[in-house]
Amino acid sequence: MCPESPPTSTRSEPVVVNLGPQHPSTHGVFRLKVTLDGEVVQDADMIIGYLHRSMEKLAEERTFTQNIPFTDRIDYLAAMSNNLAYCLAVEKLADIQVPPRAQWFRVLFAELQRIASHSLANGTFVNDCGAWQTPLMYMFREREKVLDMFEMTCGARLTTNYMRIGGVAFDPPPELLPAVRAFLDEMPDRIAEYASLTVDNEILVVRSRGVGVISAEAAINASLSGPVLRGSGVPWDLRKADPYCVYDQLDFDVPVGRNGDCYDRFIVRLEEVRQSVHILKQVVDNIPGGPWLTDVPLHLRPPEAEAYARVESPRGELGFYVVSDGGPTPLRFHCRAPSLINLTALKQMSVGGTLADAIVTLGSIDIVVGEIDR
Amino acid sequence: MTALLAAWYDLRDLSGISREITEWVQGWGPEWLASALSGLIGSLAILAVVGPTLLLLIWVERKLIARIQVRYGPNRVGPRGLFQPVADAIKLILKEELVPRAADKWLFFLPPVLVFIPALLVWGVLPFGPNMQVADLNVGVLYLLAISGTNVLVIFIAGWASNNKYALFGAMRVIAMTISYEVPVVLSLLAVVFFTGSMSLNGIVQWQQQEDLILLLLLPLAALTFFIGGTAELNRTPMDIAEAESEIVAGYHTEYSGMRFGLFYAVELLNAFALSALMATFFLGGWWLWGLEEWVPSWLILLAKTSMVYFVLIWLRGTLPRLRIDQLMSFCWKFLVPAGLLFIVVAAVERTVLLETDWDRTVALPVMAVINAAITLAVVVLYARTAGGPLARLPHAPIMARGRVGGLRAARELAEAAGGGD
Repeated sequence: MCPESPPTSTRSEPVVVNLGPQHPSTHGVFRLKVTLDGEVVQDADMIIGYLHRSMEKLAEERTFTQNIPFTDRIDYLAAMSNNLAYCLAVEKLADIQVPPRAQWFRVLFAELQRIASHSLANGTFVNDCGAWQTPLMYMFREREKVLDMFEMTCGARLTTNYMRIGGVAFDPPPELLPAVRAFLDEMPDRIAEYASLTVDNEILVVRSRGVGVISAEAAINASLSGPVLRGSGVPWDLRKADPYCVYDQLDFDVPVGRNGDCYDRFIVRLEEVRQSVHILKQVVDNIPGGPWLTDVPLHLRPPEAEAYARVESPRGELGFYVVSDGGPTPLRFHCRAPSLINLTALKQMSVGGTLADAIVTLGSIDIVVGEIDR
Repeated sequence: MTALLAAWYDLRDLSGISREITEWVQGWGPEWLASALSGLIGSLAILAVVGPTLLLLIWVERKLIARIQVRYGPNRVGPRGLFQPVADAIKLILKEELVPRAADKWLFFLPPVLVFIPALLVWGVLPFGPNMQVADLNVGVLYLLAISGTNVLVIFIAGWASNNKYALFGAMRVIAMTISYEVPVVLSLLAVVFFTGSMSLNGIVQWQQQEDLILLLLLPLAALTFFIGGTAELNRTPMDIAEAESEIVAGYHTEYSGMRFGLFYAVELLNAFALSALMATFFLGGWWLWGLEEWVPSWLILLAKTSMVYFVLIWLRGTLPRLRIDQLMSFCWKFLVPAGLLFIVVAAVERTVLLETDWDRTVALPVMAVINAAITLAVVVLYARTAGGPLARLPHAPIMARGRVGGLRAARELAEAAGGGD
């Protein structure tokens, strides 16, 4: 009897690959540690904190007005929405009335910001699917026009610092509204052009349909919000559910997805841009006259209380929780950042798919690292 | 002397120069010297053409991509940015070439050099005119397939020697993809060889000239398969998974810096141009264009056709997203290979009909072209209908909530109203 030959086995083990903190598609300094079995993701570890600037602690040392510029830098792709959410929180805290003209301008700029942010998100998403920069460039073209309008109004393009407690900082120049009107006139054609290149593109459909699926139930359980939640089919939009400013006087519709996959999140964003254009068309014709800023003391001392205000930022429910002890600075300043909470679902969405799918899923969540780390 | 000058100045056939010189050497020297000299002249001519073409290609590609992307592209260095590739090359040469500590030093050094060899060898059998060809191999097609196969090895050396996970992933993907896509390319060229009865590239062009028909019209499915398979072997969008920037940074050449990276980049463009030239030769009639080659230099005709195909390549690169590796594989094995096999049967039958019957070829070939076009259309449409699965057939528009606000219950109601259900 001949001895058994030793089994010739090929050893195979999962490979750990670091995506980031410097990687072309981590949208900043986010680090994703994936365990791969061949191309299939077995485990995904999210490592954050590379952009931590200790904003919430710093904000406790500054007056309520001085904190507004901080909010620009939390979500630097949607500064207007962040300004708005923080100002709403402080106004709720100190019970300040905002003049109607400011309310309308706030909606105007928040919606322009949504167009800019969603354009960028969709562009980078298609870029993550592998289209070589072209959609990104097309969407940058639209975003650029919005940023020009911001520059026209407050001199800054990204970190606008435009909203104030009790209104907005400046009355926009007379050439703003004609510029917005011209933009709104050409925008539907641009969206149609863009959609014709991407939405029906077979490669994009097979790359993102059924990829990164999260059911409505799981999305609610993970406390997701914004287009990621609506992509799963849940019609939850704070502009409808808990209207702020003048959204209850505006006519618009909320798009939701069918399957909860990356493609749904993509088309939901595209449709939201269309709806934003629709909202803006109503806004530019209805802005009332009057003051744009109530008189609020520079060293505002709100009564001893706490307040939480939330808005539908381009990325989801953005809330600011501010506590006052009666002094000129907040006792506690907290930001409910939608990017951070939406990101927690990434592991659930990407495990079991391939590495390429994980990248597409990350792109479809549309994170801003400044908001995750603060 | 006048005969020499006449041949020299005939732009339509630049091979006259080489022929005159070799004949002159044959007059007094040994036979081997003449052959060596003719080979040397041909190689130098190719190098002289390829170098400047490469610099121009980089500029053309960047400019065109920029136009597609609503940008200007390079426009600072020289007139219209024409010298940008030169400036880039100088910058790359001056840059430090980093070698990772864990890399295999010798193997790491080899690939950027080796990768140039197949890229240059391809041009050796390409006919630029009736006589303008460095080597008219009677197994030219086999030679080409062998050459394109060596590229895989070089890329795998690069991926392995870098000792980097991204590079290894890129190399693995290249191997899986290139080996798979070699099959449809071979099948499509087999159909070409069936019809033309020649494996020499010049023979294939001459057949098209003889029959007054470009092979694209006669064998559309083979042309499509060759083009797609070729694009895959080039690792260009939509099949650039080997260097998928958003996933694995730069694939097999992640660790290469300086001019080593520059060589990879240059060869990528050169290969794309070579593929365009092969596409033009096999399927668009090469240097022949319904008699126009009598008036216009034949190499200019080939260049024009090549540029047309190259433009399509750039266009695709600027427009399409990338496929995933499993989708690429299933596209190859479930569509291209069966379609190629089907077309081989069709081509074999048609070829036999041509040989065995004495039908008028000027009638039979156009009829076959129409039949083949119909088959191609049917195959492509059939595949397009079934590809993607049920998910891809979901509507491409979101459901509108129409004022409905809420959580899970609202979501279920909306989904039911839209006809999907959970």
